[in-house]
Amino acid sequence: MPRPPDALRRFSQGERWIHFSLATLFGICMLTAAMLYFATLSTLVGHRDLVARIHFITGLLLPLPLLLGAFVSQPFRDDVRRLNRFVPDDWNWLRSRDRRTGRIPVGKFNAGQKLNSAFVAGAVLILFGTGLMLHFFGFFTDTVRTGATFVHDMQAAAVAVVAAGHMWMAWMDPGARGGLRTGFVDRRWADAEHGAWAAEIAPAPEER
Amino acid sequence: MPDSPTVGSPVGRRIVLGMLGLAALGIAVGSKVNTALSTLAENDPTGLSGLVPGSGHFRIYSVAGKVPPTAPEAYGLRVDGLVRRPGVLSFADLQDLPQTQLQKDVQCVTGWRVNDVRWSGVLVRDVLHHFGLDGGARAVQFGSGDGVYTESLSLDQALRSDVLIATSMDGSEISDSHGGPVRLYVAPMYFYKSIKWLDSITVTDAAVPGFWEQRGYDVDAWVGQSNGRTDAPTA
Repeated sequence: MPRPPDALRRFSQGERWIHFSLATLFGICMLTAAMLYFATLSTLVGHRDLVARIHFITGLLLPLPLLLGAFVSQPFRDDVRRLNRFVPDDWNWLRSRDRRTGRIPVGKFNAGQKLNSAFVAGAVLILFGTGLMLHFFGFFTDTVRTGATFVHDMQAAAVAVVAAGHMWMAWMDPGARGGLRTGFVDRRWADAEHGAWAAEIAPAPEER
Repeated sequence: MPDSPTVGSPVGRRIVLGMLGLAALGIAVGSKVNTALSTLAENDPTGLSGLVPGSGHFRIYSVAGKVPPTAPEAYGLRVDGLVRRPGVLSFADLQDLPQTQLQKDVQCVTGWRVNDVRWSGVLVRDVLHHFGLDGGARAVQFGSGDGVYTESLSLDQALRSDVLIATSMDGSEISDSHGGPVRLYVAPMYFYKSIKWLDSITVTDAAVPGFWEQRGYDVDAWVGQSNGRTDAPTA
């Protein structure tokens, strides 16, 4: 499909790779976690030591896309800075009922996307850290080990819910999905969902 | 500007730091919360607590692929090695041997515990006496119907009065996912000693480390005195 002339570049190739590899690693982690955790699945699949090893190695790799991205991709660093910053309108947007109408200006990322990215970043750090503690359990007392298991389980359950919501939102929004698949979004989608960002990077003809 | 790299407050960073703080707190108190949840789960008529991780319920672990369920009528326990008369016991044979009941806790080395599980079956001791021990017998090796998992005990450990070949759990037949129809229950040790789908007992002259023991767990797996843990004893 030819790209419309007024398409806007939303994500660089590097960013799309970061997203794709993080999502893949995360998916494998979640899948193997389910095989280790749920009785019906774990008896169906078995091979506990193999599944645990895959889970551990995938978990070790999980922060890598973000770390590498931070080193090599300027667009990724810029977007992380944007995601980090909340302005008063972000809080208004979250509180408002008409947040999808564009009344409150939305930049490259809306407040929900900002919350999601912060939560996922925190979850990756926590799952990585507690996962290491569970793997190298010999260094910790059993109280700490049980505590780390508790946090690892709770965090995994929470991030699974959030990731399911994330995928649901993406499923409902082909424009956003296309942005991550191709790197480009069309002008109309950008005006509707991220009006302030669209105006910022490509002012409409009458504003020029 | 609704989002620029410089305007506004760094809420994302605060969320991440807040989560890390909560996680540290969770690591510190998680063990206490688990205990509280276990107590709650025991007195919970709604069953909702079963949805909370690590709250006094069994977690089912299996190291092999799918193990086809064995019906009690098709079950056989092979006993060989340093015994006078090697042979096979059927499920009915096991029920004809002296029966022993135990009501004790299950403690997993990963931290979960289930209190007051009712086990019944035949002591390993009674089975070994049934077949007769040879002079050189020093240890007992256990095999699983999954074809992968193994366990072993020293002869002294195997002869204890709380090491049971279990044919019933909490008053009913042992389900397939719990290792039925016949599994081992080694009351004083971490639950990885209690091999599921028990199908062979081989008396040997030395203990052979089992499946998880070859992967770093202690062979003498006393609850509270091994694997760097200090859980309350189960026997």
